Amino acid sequence: MNKVGSLDDALVSIQNGCSIMFGGFGGVGNPPTLINGILQKGVKALTLIGNDAGFPTIGIGKIVSLGRAKKLIVSHIGSNPIAGQLMMNGEMEVEFSPQGTLAERIRAGGVGLGGILTDIGLDSMVEKGKQKIPVNGKDFLLETALTADVSIVFAKKADTFGNLIYETSARNTNPLVAMAGSYTIVEAEEIVEIGELDPEHIVTPGIYVDMIIQSQGIDWKWAWE
Amino acid sequence: MDDSRGRKRVIGLNAFDERNRMAKRAAEEIADGMIVNLGIGIPSLVPNHLPQHVHVMFHAENGILGMGESPEKGMENPTLCNAGGFPVTIVSGASYFDSATAFGMIRSGYLDLTILGGLEVSQKGDLANWIVPGKRVPGIGGAMELAKKAKRVIVLMNHCNKKGESKIVKKCSLPLTAKKCVSLIITEMAVIEVTDQGLCLTEVMEPYTVQDVISKTNAPLQISKKIRMIGE
Repeated sequence: MNKVGSLDDALVSIQNGCSIMFGGFGGVGNPPTLINGILQKGVKALTLIGNDAGFPTIGIGKIVSLGRAKKLIVSHIGSNPIAGQLMMNGEMEVEFSPQGTLAERIRAGGVGLGGILTDIGLDSMVEKGKQKIPVNGKDFLLETALTADVSIVFAKKADTFGNLIYETSARNTNPLVAMAGSYTIVEAEEIVEIGELDPEHIVTPGIYVDMIIQSQGIDWKWAWE
Repeated sequence: MDDSRGRKRVIGLNAFDERNRMAKRAAEEIADGMIVNLGIGIPSLVPNHLPQHVHVMFHAENGILGMGESPEKGMENPTLCNAGGFPVTIVSGASYFDSATAFGMIRSGYLDLTILGGLEVSQKGDLANWIVPGKRVPGIGGAMELAKKAKRVIVLMNHCNKKGESKIVKKCSLPLTAKKCVSLIITEMAVIEVTDQGLCLTEVMEPYTVQDVISKTNAPLQISKKIRMIGE
């Protein structure tokens, strides 16, 4: 039942060419210790799936800026000009999803669905190449579910079974990402024994979590600093 | 003297003041009790101009309902920020939730108002604000959901782009964010309503004149019979 491991243990599952889904929004809630570990391991040709490309030196942006990703599936890259440059140069592929659609595609992957139907993106570039399905006389786009080899998640508190509680807006995509990885690694600021978390307060049930590591602390700065 | 955007240089009114004048005008559109989502940039200045008796719940797509003002320097919580990555506080009654829930609220129509930036707005209220193909690809973010599903969409933007071309157009040349979604456009020069009959100029920001606005707008403009002049 005890899923607590070291950073080295966690990095075993992260290999060249794998897909990594990451929690976080604009750097906030990206797991900093895991990201630094992935950087140091030097893995390449990653497919990164998450809300955005972070900032050049903040969060997931650090991995993107060093050219370690071959593909991003995100809702925007505006806060990381290096990501834009890599995309323009043809060095990295970027698939954009509207933000709410992306969140639902990740959730769908995590809850065993094949996809979702949404009218967001109709009459825009987003509908290109996607199946339109009429429901009760109204058109919807079929948006496919997303899963990944590994999900990396940041939590405020974890117990040793992997039950998770988040902190303020660092929750964002983390509970969704936690569900959608074939192997889910959580970096927690505090790890407690089973039974110490109030079951009423748990946001992510431990069933989704494969490994928990101790965070070395938040290292993101405010984006404008 | 005109600047690079063809705008009059206003003595005593710098770019900061101009942005705040736009934000202040947008704040007039917010009524007590509304649920409001603000885009990044100029829209984020709007709360500074709300009268004290107007209580709204500000929604952020990164999972907050009930955002408060900016924290004092040194009092920031590193996990608590708005969708633009700036630190915020919360008001009493606020809640946190995941991104899927945040967008569930938007798609199912709980937002009374969203105030967004824009690259182009057409005379029919079509909005383009996410991509300049081959040049700038910031990405969609949450703009499509907000533009399509909020009950009311106000666009706050510069009247012209950096080349001095009108951002208010007959038909958008850039890829659309959403069709027929904008109901009001506020620029540093004017306030323009999008009606079923087309665009209607209702207010002009001094020292600009009605003629200035007409000449800088690349779409047919009806002129309201009761033009309000907004002072500096």
